[in-house]
Amino acid sequence: MTATYNRRELMVVAAAREIHDDEVVFVGMRLPLLGFGLAKATHAPNAVGLFENGVIRDQPAETFIYTMGDPPNIAGAVACLGLLDVMSLLQQGRVDVGFIGGAEIDPLGNLNTTRTSGSGWMIRLPGSGGAGDIASLAGRTVLIMEHEPRRFRERVDYVTSPGHFPGRRRGGPATLITTLGVFDLSGGRVRAASLHPGVTARQVREATGFPIDIDDGVAATKPPSAEELAYIRHADPQGFWTGDAVKAG
Amino acid sequence: MHDGDAIALGLALESGIPFAAVHEIIRQQRRDLTLIGPISDMAFDQMIAAGTVAKVIAAWVGNVAGGSGYGFRRAYEQGQPRRIVMEDHSNFTVGLALKAAAMGLPYLPTFTGLGGDIVRSHPRIRPIDDPFGGPPLLAVGALRPDVAIIHVQRADPQGNAHLWGNLGLTVEAAYAARRTIVICEEVVPDAVIRSDPNRTVIPGFLVTAVVEEPGGALPSSVQGYWRRDFEPFLSYHRISRTPEGFASWLREWVLDLPDRQAYLRHMGAPTSERLRVTDRRLAAATNFAP
Repeated sequence: MTATYNRRELMVVAAAREIHDDEVVFVGMRLPLLGFGLAKATHAPNAVGLFENGVIRDQPAETFIYTMGDPPNIAGAVACLGLLDVMSLLQQGRVDVGFIGGAEIDPLGNLNTTRTSGSGWMIRLPGSGGAGDIASLAGRTVLIMEHEPRRFRERVDYVTSPGHFPGRRRGGPATLITTLGVFDLSGGRVRAASLHPGVTARQVREATGFPIDIDDGVAATKPPSAEELAYIRHADPQGFWTGDAVKAG
Repeated sequence: MHDGDAIALGLALESGIPFAAVHEIIRQQRRDLTLIGPISDMAFDQMIAAGTVAKVIAAWVGNVAGGSGYGFRRAYEQGQPRRIVMEDHSNFTVGLALKAAAMGLPYLPTFTGLGGDIVRSHPRIRPIDDPFGGPPLLAVGALRPDVAIIHVQRADPQGNAHLWGNLGLTVEAAYAARRTIVICEEVVPDAVIRSDPNRTVIPGFLVTAVVEEPGGALPSSVQGYWRRDFEPFLSYHRISRTPEGFASWLREWVLDLPDRQAYLRHMGAPTSERLRVTDRRLAAATNFAP
């Protein structure tokens, strides 16, 4: 018997599986925030989460939060430090894994959230926030993206969050979780690790604006368990982050 | 506040954004301002769309709830209502720029951003050699705001300020700025501040002015005082999609209201009751007995 679930929920589960027990995690917003809570509730009870506003938590917030700055994310935190304190820990190499999203990605895992002319005219995007720092300094990064051809480009217009490049001091993109599958980026190219149930290799190739490695026998992403789904629906009761209408990044 | 000033605000990221001050700056039609901050949420977007801003030095400009800041996009993409200059940063580099000024240094070194485009031909970030022979570094030049506007829970009349919850870059900006304005939920006797000196994030001698303005950060949250009101962020995101929509928002929520008290009345008593924190979750008492 398989419970029904949507792709957002599957992406949260895939994000949670990227967190190992005892790791220090630079948590992003949206799906990774739920992924951190899910990992804590299941296989990674000792993981610790850092937020760029300076908050350090070893338990998810008690109630739903829209932003990392919401009062329930402060109550019960283990520490509220400054932004430079958590960025210093990141630069020092104390963070095992960080989550980031982007509007555009290229085969080296470079992410663009600054500006793009992909649609034929220039569009200004909000900018880096902490993403460029996480991409530069975390032990490894997990990227979360909508899988659409206009977002998967041979070259991004602007590298906001650097991917693999010669001379990188540490880390770099390890895994890419999209609306269509989970991809391994650790080798400096995009290789399918699993495709979400029902997704074909052809669909992925058509949605990717550059060549992508997909083995014939590529696995299907393991669906969420009943326990995992129960956690997600408890943490996001209205489907604010995991409803079908929301974006991933 | 003067025309042309460089103003740091929104330093705690999504909480304690001094919207009352932002709206008053718009009402006073200040011009050619430079805005400085990490992740600015919709406060920067409102000031840009209202035409008060010439330059932005920030890591992220938009609407945390909705994504794009349409006022910022119109100014950057089309020069409407005026052209703005953008100095892009990451959260870490804008923090280091403020920290360098706070420490009285010309720059601080880092290796964040190497390999990316933010640090390429950047006016404030230059490649440097490590004098101790390590791999190449970047120098982030000091950034000294003319004014930092900080929203805190409580301060005494001298400006000694207690802040708890999100700090972000609040302390660095207050130390770096030429003038610091502290806006508080409550002005308290100095004995309250002295009872817990570790919670004083800004010593009063750095503070130019103290303003008691309860609810001055709404719709953003203030720990222990106000919850975040999510809806105004989403409705602003929708309505500011067009210049006409922004103009109607501006009239309703800024220009037609004389001050923050009027804003709170316009918001309505049921909303303010819903947002006001009445629960108590007090920190354990801390013994400072000598």
